[in-house]
Amino acid sequence: MKRAFPILGVLTAILLSYALYEALVGAPTEQTMGEVQRIFYYHVPSAWTAFILFFVNFGASVYYLIKRCAAADIVALVSAEVGVVFCTVVLVTGPIWARPVWGIWWTWDMRLTSTLVLWLIYVSYLFLRRFSSSGQTPILAAALSVLGALCVPFVYLSIRFFRTQHPQPVIGGGGSIDPRMLHVLLINWLAFSCFAFLVCWSRYRLENLQRDVDQAHALESLLDPGGSMR
Amino acid sequence: MSGNPYLFAAYAVTWIIHIAYLGTIVRRYARLQREIEELKKAGGRS
Repeated sequence: MKRAFPILGVLTAILLSYALYEALVGAPTEQTMGEVQRIFYYHVPSAWTAFILFFVNFGASVYYLIKRCAAADIVALVSAEVGVVFCTVVLVTGPIWARPVWGIWWTWDMRLTSTLVLWLIYVSYLFLRRFSSSGQTPILAAALSVLGALCVPFVYLSIRFFRTQHPQPVIGGGGSIDPRMLHVLLINWLAFSCFAFLVCWSRYRLENLQRDVDQAHALESLLDPGGSMR
Repeated sequence: MSGNPYLFAAYAVTWIIHIAYLGTIVRRYARLQREIEELKKAGGRS
């Protein structure tokens, strides 16, 4: 396992570089929007990756609620944290694309607003994990993540249910996309998914280590109550 | 439509966000390593 991480890291770096080259050079230039359309190759895969991570968070949270398994709690925490990072990328790259195309940075459109609400739910989840010291925190966080997960399909389907400025989905939305653009989109999604997996893996190891250290500190203060307390 | 500055900004900001997050992970690792060293020293003394 120790060898797998650097090997996967190198492969992911190569894949990300290839995906970047394809996004900037390989993909054809869109006729209406021009070069700015290439933001789509980072924006959409980041959104898909965030959604997958939020579903992983949901699955792990439900598993934790049923089994009270510490590993599931760590998976839930890690997937939410990395999901928030990817969702932040979505919320930042979207307005950068919208400014030259729509002429505005932001509009309180259903897709944009629901994505912001989704991001706020998971940021609240992380704040709860970070600042609550109650023994019930993992259970409360798991319950909150169920609410967050319910928002994911709402965000995805909001462009079908409501009138919105946001473009229709490129896959499964009745729209069409140039096969070369679809290829570049999927390459970027694969690259970002591998990157997200590696970041989650490394964050999982860190969280495990953190809990071991916390336990050791607790044990130390039990064995040596008169010693230096943190 | 000249979208190049926006394209550059979007790609740059994506990597800034990811690198900043990776930086927090590295910093937390370093802090934990220090704590582990302190625990080992404390364990050695007792």
